[in-house]
Amino acid sequence: MSPSFHPHGIALRQALSRLGAKPLATFLSALVVAIALSLPVLGLVLVDNVGSLARGVSGKPEISAFLKRGTDPVQIRAIESRLRADPRIAALRFVPRDEALRQLAERGGFADVAGALTENPLPDAYIIEPKGDEPEVFEKLRTELAALPEVDVVQLDSAWVTRLHAAVSLARQAMLLLAFLLGAALVIVTFNTIRLQILTQRHEISVSLLLGATRSFVRRPYLYFGLLQGLLGGLVAWALVEGLVRLIAPGVETLARSYNIVVEIQGPTPLQAVLLLLFSAVLGWVGAGLSVRRHLHDGPVD
Amino acid sequence: MIRFERVTKRYPGGHEALSDVSLEIRHGELLVLAGHSGAGKSTLIKLIAGLEKPSAGKVWVSGQEVGALRANQLPYLRRSLGLVMQEHRLLHDRTIFDNVMLPLIVTGYPPRDAAKRVRVALEKVGMAEFEKAMPLTLSGGEQQRAAIARAIVNKPSVLIADEPTAHLDPAYAREIAALFRSFHSAGVTILLATHDETLFSPYGARRVELSRGRLLA
Repeated sequence: MSPSFHPHGIALRQALSRLGAKPLATFLSALVVAIALSLPVLGLVLVDNVGSLARGVSGKPEISAFLKRGTDPVQIRAIESRLRADPRIAALRFVPRDEALRQLAERGGFADVAGALTENPLPDAYIIEPKGDEPEVFEKLRTELAALPEVDVVQLDSAWVTRLHAAVSLARQAMLLLAFLLGAALVIVTFNTIRLQILTQRHEISVSLLLGATRSFVRRPYLYFGLLQGLLGGLVAWALVEGLVRLIAPGVETLARSYNIVVEIQGPTPLQAVLLLLFSAVLGWVGAGLSVRRHLHDGPVD
Repeated sequence: MIRFERVTKRYPGGHEALSDVSLEIRHGELLVLAGHSGAGKSTLIKLIAGLEKPSAGKVWVSGQEVGALRANQLPYLRRSLGLVMQEHRLLHDRTIFDNVMLPLIVTGYPPRDAAKRVRVALEKVGMAEFEKAMPLTLSGGEQQRAAIARAIVNKPSVLIADEPTAHLDPAYAREIAALFRSFHSAGVTILLATHDETLFSPYGARRVELSRGRLLA
């Protein structure tokens, strides 16, 4: 047995042995931290799942510009060349009114209706796919199209996508706020654990200082303890979230399928997991640091 | 080596533990600080180790003024002193070996030599066979010897002990006194605060006496 006397090695070993000395207390503290963290993390993971769904949809918003009845082919071609020159438009498709009627007739249930019509009531239309995914650009394009004299009605089918985006970002903010509040709880839990430790180890602290220990030597094991406790809490939180996601995923997927949407609910990405561990470790360290500052100030040496 | 220059220590609440004390302890000296309990002996020792600051006057240790040291310099002062405080202050949750190892861990001593040094220190106080014992299983005299081993493991040039023979029966007390005598012969400067000065009179120690915070001539 040749223990390292490097000060950080000593501190880390002390912190580990303190964690190991009271396994139940360690486990319970980690669980408290984990439950506090898993709530916002689960929320964020779910929000991200919905968000990626929304992103997938918003990739192809469509603007349908219905032309006025009786617009002649020359005008139609003029519009088409103008639209093709517009840099904001990615793709353009002309749907003549006859084809529109045929498509309608092919769709189940409308064949009879189409057959009963004596005259085609449908207008010619352009289906426009704009570039990018900025709702403002779509909106501007829509108003410009509507201002054209040959255009009767313009429909932007991405309105619901915009709403979904807004809802997702609102939910995200709410979860981050929750994470902030519960992060504060984590700091408080660590603060209190370290306070109790300092109280029970008063004697050891004062003897160490008497023998010439520097203050940072005395402080360091507590900081490591806070860091490790936070990290442990983060790990348990990660496991909890993985488990919960797995539990609710089938339900969500069944629900989505009933809306004809194929969703695959994913757990935290590796980046999210790393961020979670980092966040919990840093908060544990901060809680320990505050506690050490508060309770180890001037004079355990007496 | 250690010099008190007109030092007064007044505690909050007005009690004056030391009044205008001037004293010099020279290198290699064995000084017995006598006096009844409450005469200010412990306060004098705490001032040397920087555990208290003087209200007036200056305390010098190895050319450094203790009161002027910053908090982050005090640990290095304490490492140069071997302190045996009144309550022997062994840690009860670890073996004698680990207790004596503590100063070496605290100062970041190379691990390979540390164990050897601990054994040498335990040998010197006659405690080699007890290295695996827990402090509470030992007698008062044995615990005191372990505390002395802990004070000398860093090979300090000054050994300071506050009532090292208190609560010991006469036989143990004589053993401890002989121990300090042997360190003194090895060239260590020694300051002993004791109410039992007769123990050290055979060793030709210099003697000063404190009474109600004042040094008697």
